[in-house]
Amino acid sequence: MDAIILQILNGLDKGSAYALIALGLTLIFGTLGVVNFAHGALFMLGAFCAVTLNKLLTLSFITIDETQKDFLGNPLKVETPYIEGWFGPEVAGTVIEWSVPLAILFAIPIMILVGLVMERGLIKYFYKRPHADQILVTFGLAIVLQEIIKYFYGANPIPTPAPSAFSGSFDFGALLGFDPGTIIYPYWRLVYFGFAAVVIAGVFAFLRYTTFGMVVRAGMADRETVGLLGINIDKRFTIMFALAACVAGLAGVMYAPINSPNYHMGMDFLVLSFVVVVVGGMGSLGGAVAAGFLLGVLESFASMSQVLNVLPGINQIIIYLVAIIVLLTRPRGLMGRKGVMED
Amino acid sequence: MLKLDKKDMRLFIIVALMTILAPFILNPFPEGSGLAQFNAGYPDLMQRFVIFGIFAIGFNILFGLTGYLSFGHAAFLGVGSYAAIWMMKLLTMNVIPAIIASVAIAGVFALVVGFISLRRSGIYFSILTLAFAQMSFAMAYSVLTPITGGETGLQPKVNDPRILDAALAPGATPSAGLFGLEMRDSYELALGNWLFTFNFGYYFAAALMLVAFYTSMRIFRSPFGMMLRGVKSNQQRLNYTGLNSKPYTLAAFVISGMYAGLAGGLLVAMDTQVGPERMFWTASGEVVLMTILGGAGTLIGPVLGAGFIKYMENIISKINESILHQWFYWLPDGLEDLVVGMIYPFIGKGWHLTLGIMFMLVVIFLPGGLVEGGQRIGRWVRGKGRKADATGDKKSTASTPAE
Repeated sequence: MDAIILQILNGLDKGSAYALIALGLTLIFGTLGVVNFAHGALFMLGAFCAVTLNKLLTLSFITIDETQKDFLGNPLKVETPYIEGWFGPEVAGTVIEWSVPLAILFAIPIMILVGLVMERGLIKYFYKRPHADQILVTFGLAIVLQEIIKYFYGANPIPTPAPSAFSGSFDFGALLGFDPGTIIYPYWRLVYFGFAAVVIAGVFAFLRYTTFGMVVRAGMADRETVGLLGINIDKRFTIMFALAACVAGLAGVMYAPINSPNYHMGMDFLVLSFVVVVVGGMGSLGGAVAAGFLLGVLESFASMSQVLNVLPGINQIIIYLVAIIVLLTRPRGLMGRKGVMED
Repeated sequence: MLKLDKKDMRLFIIVALMTILAPFILNPFPEGSGLAQFNAGYPDLMQRFVIFGIFAIGFNILFGLTGYLSFGHAAFLGVGSYAAIWMMKLLTMNVIPAIIASVAIAGVFALVVGFISLRRSGIYFSILTLAFAQMSFAMAYSVLTPITGGETGLQPKVNDPRILDAALAPGATPSAGLFGLEMRDSYELALGNWLFTFNFGYYFAAALMLVAFYTSMRIFRSPFGMMLRGVKSNQQRLNYTGLNSKPYTLAAFVISGMYAGLAGGLLVAMDTQVGPERMFWTASGEVVLMTILGGAGTLIGPVLGAGFIKYMENIISKINESILHQWFYWLPDGLEDLVVGMIYPFIGKGWHLTLGIMFMLVVIFLPGGLVEGGQRIGRWVRGKGRKADATGDKKSTASTPAE
């Protein structure tokens, strides 16, 4: 029992990332009808927003401390972050430590801007082109974005620690009445899951309870009619693209402490997220989220040693296997809407 | 001759001449000169040109004709490679059984994958092929380690059975060959400052590439090819006429899988080792890049694209900052640094950036790839030459769509 709970928990954080990316993909697909292969790159950009903020905050000036000597007897060079000089060590220490959560605020405007520029500058011209062209051009864009990041940040992963308040692990077992130490779960993953839940709920609430969201949903159902009613649906869809970019970016920001960001992390997630979208059903937001969590949990179940003893290597292929079975038996996906991309 | 019309025959002869004379064409700069680093006429790279040319030609038969975008073609390349290496381990270091096995097994594998994947089209087809390829990669990496050698991959060992060859003499390193001629045999010809290398492996692969190219030409011009084009332009209408298009698309899929298998087998024949990373999805993405960049649906485009990308990967990526400084030494100091700083991100290790930008530009502005670009330039030049003959010109362009 405790092993099962542990696997569910383990699956949730990866599942959260899948769900967030897949949600954005589905939003873009449902509104603009564009298959965005650069969405993984947006996730990666988000993670690098966290890295950038961390670097900015720790920008330092060098002072020479005459009182201390290094081992050669020269005066020691001390690096002091600028903000420490401005606000004193107490505040600066806290701010630097909390750079990842702060990066959320930093990332939102950046990702919205990136999304707007991307949609107006490139995607706009691909509405009418076949899906293959959309895949290809966004695939090219993903390569470009990823190479730009590689140029500035290098090819190695950059460790970006979470605040030390969340660095430990949480003994879930004791809480649920199992033996202490059976279910150990890092705090930050719990935070990530909570964060993902909040973002997903926020997006759904936004679509459900605001006038803007209502218009967007109407546009997803029948774009032409909404346009005929005198509503500028294109503008709203552009904003939805920016929102989707923002969701992917935030998923990336918070993922940075779990896996040190490197330039190709987006591509690794993208392939799986696409599978998630297809399993969930093209154009179904709920389906994308459900499939994201489902596949995340399935993946972690498949990597249990009891399962691996029976079916070796199943953890590597389970997601693809599920995708193939779903696509062949239920072509519309788990919750796909009728008439969306059915060919 | 060869059942090709005049225009195709001309193209085929040009391609054949280019491949035969490649050691000269690709080595235009004398040894030791500053431009010698742009020489691509060394055996390893030339072999890659033709092998990936085969791969891209095969991919083009599927994507260029039917419009089905497969994101998992590297799986067939990998399967072909594994088949070839096992033939070398079990039977003989002669490449003939290896090549036959790689084509056959890749074909069977493509039949299975294609049969399932082709039940869906559009983006679903792409995802399905991607899923199959990633599964093959993951399994080659982990579960199938007894067959694939896992992470380390496979290479022929001295004490493999090799039934036909009998085991090698102790200490001899196994190397692939064809009835006594080894793939790495080379003849070097020094002419003045130039050094030309004629490699047996290259000519073997080039001969197969010409066969592959000829076959693809015949497919393009055949009724079967017309049917595949019909699938691309309007599958629904094709179905309404009472035709079942599935056998045609499946045949195209299997043929292109066999091409990929052939390329995989040749890779092993040239360099007798194989690892699972050959099946990773970035490898599948690469052949997509090659085909689109060169010109999907055109005959020569994929070969050009393959050559272009492999050239960048091997030559442009070697240019480093100090070489750039040598080139621009004649500029004033500050300006030199500025120019070098501006160019540097796009070359050397950043060649992928250039590739990505070029790929995007091609997809946006030149859906016909480099071939269409060449045609447009050609037409523009000709149009300038004789504007008076506008009507005749229009007619000729209409009858030659990007091909």
